[in-house]
Amino acid sequence: MAIDLRAIAPGAIRTQAPPLVTILAGIVAIAMLLPLVYLVIRAAEGGAFVETVTDRSTIRTLVRTCFLAAAVGVGTLAISLPAAWLTAATDLPLRRLWAVLLSLPLVFPSYVGALAMIGALGTRGMLQDLLGPLGVGTVPRIYGFEGAWLVLTLFTFPYLMIPLRAAISGLDRTTEDAARSLGASPLGAFFRVTLPQLRPAIAAGLLLVTLYVLSDFGAVSLMRFDSLTRVIFIEYKSSLDRSAAASLALLLVAVAMLIIWAEAATRGRARYHPGSARRTNRITTLGPWKFPALAFCASVAFVSLVLPTSVLVYWVIRGLDAGQSVDFLGSAAWNSVQAATLGAIACLAAAMPIALLSVRYPGVMARTIEKISYSGYALPGISIALALVFFGANYVPALYQTLPLLIFAYVVRFLPQALGASRTSLLQTNPKTEEAARTLGAHRARVFGRITMPQVLPGLSAGGLLVFLTVMKELPATLLLSPIGFDTLATRIWSTTNEGLFTQAAVPAILLVLISAVPTTIMVWREQRIT
Amino acid sequence: MLLRLTLLFLLVGATALAIACSDSSDETLTIYSGRSESLVAPLFEQFTEDTGIDVEVRYGDTAELAATILEEGDNSPADVYFAQDGGALGALADEGLLAAVPEDTLALVPAQFRSPDGVWAGISGRSRVVAYSADLDESELPDSILDFTDPKWSGRIGWAPTNGSFQSFVTGLRQLEGEEGARAWLEGIEANNPTDYEGNSAAVEGVANGEVDVAFVNHYYLYQLIADQGDDFPVRNHFTGDGDPGSLINVAGTAILDSSDNKDLAERFIEYLLAAEAQRYFAQETYEYPLVEGIEIDERLTPLDELNPPDIDLSDLADLQGTLDLLRETGVLP
Repeated sequence: MAIDLRAIAPGAIRTQAPPLVTILAGIVAIAMLLPLVYLVIRAAEGGAFVETVTDRSTIRTLVRTCFLAAAVGVGTLAISLPAAWLTAATDLPLRRLWAVLLSLPLVFPSYVGALAMIGALGTRGMLQDLLGPLGVGTVPRIYGFEGAWLVLTLFTFPYLMIPLRAAISGLDRTTEDAARSLGASPLGAFFRVTLPQLRPAIAAGLLLVTLYVLSDFGAVSLMRFDSLTRVIFIEYKSSLDRSAAASLALLLVAVAMLIIWAEAATRGRARYHPGSARRTNRITTLGPWKFPALAFCASVAFVSLVLPTSVLVYWVIRGLDAGQSVDFLGSAAWNSVQAATLGAIACLAAAMPIALLSVRYPGVMARTIEKISYSGYALPGISIALALVFFGANYVPALYQTLPLLIFAYVVRFLPQALGASRTSLLQTNPKTEEAARTLGAHRARVFGRITMPQVLPGLSAGGLLVFLTVMKELPATLLLSPIGFDTLATRIWSTTNEGLFTQAAVPAILLVLISAVPTTIMVWREQRIT
Repeated sequence: MLLRLTLLFLLVGATALAIACSDSSDETLTIYSGRSESLVAPLFEQFTEDTGIDVEVRYGDTAELAATILEEGDNSPADVYFAQDGGALGALADEGLLAAVPEDTLALVPAQFRSPDGVWAGISGRSRVVAYSADLDESELPDSILDFTDPKWSGRIGWAPTNGSFQSFVTGLRQLEGEEGARAWLEGIEANNPTDYEGNSAAVEGVANGEVDVAFVNHYYLYQLIADQGDDFPVRNHFTGDGDPGSLINVAGTAILDSSDNKDLAERFIEYLLAAEAQRYFAQETYEYPLVEGIEIDERLTPLDELNPPDIDLSDLADLQGTLDLLRETGVLP
């Protein structure tokens, strides 16, 4: 249902965006271009760009990588859609608890997730220990495509589930009621009325998942799946060949742009929902369906949260048994929280002008700025970290390896997580209310603060949470760009797993989960109060 | 609201900047360490205690830190670079980013374990070994790494082709057995369907998990895993020894950056790492080979003179590029 905005609110749409919004969005977009500029410089130095990206094995790797991204997209949708709907819009028992539990798998760095899965399902893993006495000889091997797919699906589905929940909470369900009153079955109404309204959120979430898969190194390396990012890392690690790595990274950006373009294409018909200002957030009664619904949530939570956590706990116990001691990680934990909080705030602040521009003043410029802001997200963290090392050390040495530059790096890496949520929630607000306030004489900034912000806040906090959880586990930029001596839980986990010291790695990993549970819980509970 | 957020952000940023700028003293040595914190931090603390020189350390991956220094160029905050392998040191030397290490310090280390141009010194050594499942008897293992091309090892071998130490070993193999000999060995092992692991620890874990029977790794990971998981960890080390290419020694080494304003402190740091106390630390805490004479090694290791390791230049990048090409041609690397 294409809606002609001018027909709804004649004269309400300015074609010209306020200059402040445009300028802010432009500044953010230019910042996001830095990694690309760096990659082009490095790729050009080598002079073998075309040969590198058209190499047969590169093409094969590219196809393999895209296939993995698509498969993970399908997997995460299959988990997220029911999970989001059950925890946001039904009378599922303990639904807020399930919402928290099903958001938390996001905090496992993918290399920890992969290690834990190998620990649980590997040939000497916990599952084998449990099943061995029952006569099960060997559990199947989980390496390769299947392993990478499993780990990435289990630990990235919240990137889709969290914004989808926010969108479902913000849904105008009166249309669904109307469809039901006209004789549609519950499922029919869901698929024909509700789902189309969720399409922007689904597309935005899938975009986050697939681009994350493109950029991931931890899971593919431990599962030994040769994705493009793994090949880029091999270039850096083996031959310090920055130019070949940069050429491949540019190829990755090109793929990302295709995916982003595809996502934008699905948006065409879903530009704006004229929901009434007051929502009636009715709860669906599950009845006997409660039991399969509970079983579904419990099994997802078990595999993606309980299982990896128990592997971690098992490592701690085994290590203490072998005489290892464990450190208290107060300063690392505090640094993680500080970096993640500032990262989330900075990403939201940077996303807002871009989202406003793209939702309220769509046009060529808005589209371009928005797409540019996604370019960093698909790149391996090491490429972005090195780009900012290059610009930071040589052009702003006073800021190099300080907290502000680190936070800036997080914005370059993770802005799209905040952007998707900001866009989706702005789409669900009605500009007519703002126009009314304007005609009553309120200043533009006041309208934004009093009318727009309160309406988009649930969506924004979902986006902020995504960034928070992602920064908690961020590694490459933190290692290279943080103030010296600034260790985080993620860097602790990395330095110890690297040496095979699993006991020492498990403690910060458990802390990571526990700390992340706090903002997740607060957000889920507050969101319920709002509706 | 947006304004308030932006203001808050700027405020926090400015505070952090003020804090960051306020504590830079001259008597501080900045180290980029590719060796992990859990292994070397106690040694660095001891250095500060013994010399009064404060150190600030950035820990990271050896290659990523080398790439960082390459990007930073003359503006690098680092005074010293501590690398896991010779190749990364060679890359910095090739770009002219390293300063000379004083002659008398270099002289502490045997010639084969230091830079031919005198710009880095090896600090500790690791031998290549065959890690094997405790279910096997050591007598079932061949005396030379070359004999693992035998089809009876099909499906039983693990290795880590992306790992720097493995690649150094292949470089050694090319020098000892010639280009064709190295190619034949790689093709022979590939024909035995080896399992690729991400790194040495993962490969040793793979042996413990029964995924493979043997893995070609560095010697010291096993002892760390035993310390972490207990004595019943089901893997043992087989040192091929006696000049076999399978007993190549890789070094962790240190260099002084040419851009450093603290070269005198950096020189004292390298001296410290090569003194008896630090060398004993590496022998006892990380189970590595000390490179200075007269230090006792862990009793589970075969002494260096019995290993009789082949002599190759570990930092020669031209050679490394040749190795990478060979690994790609034989399909070992993607």
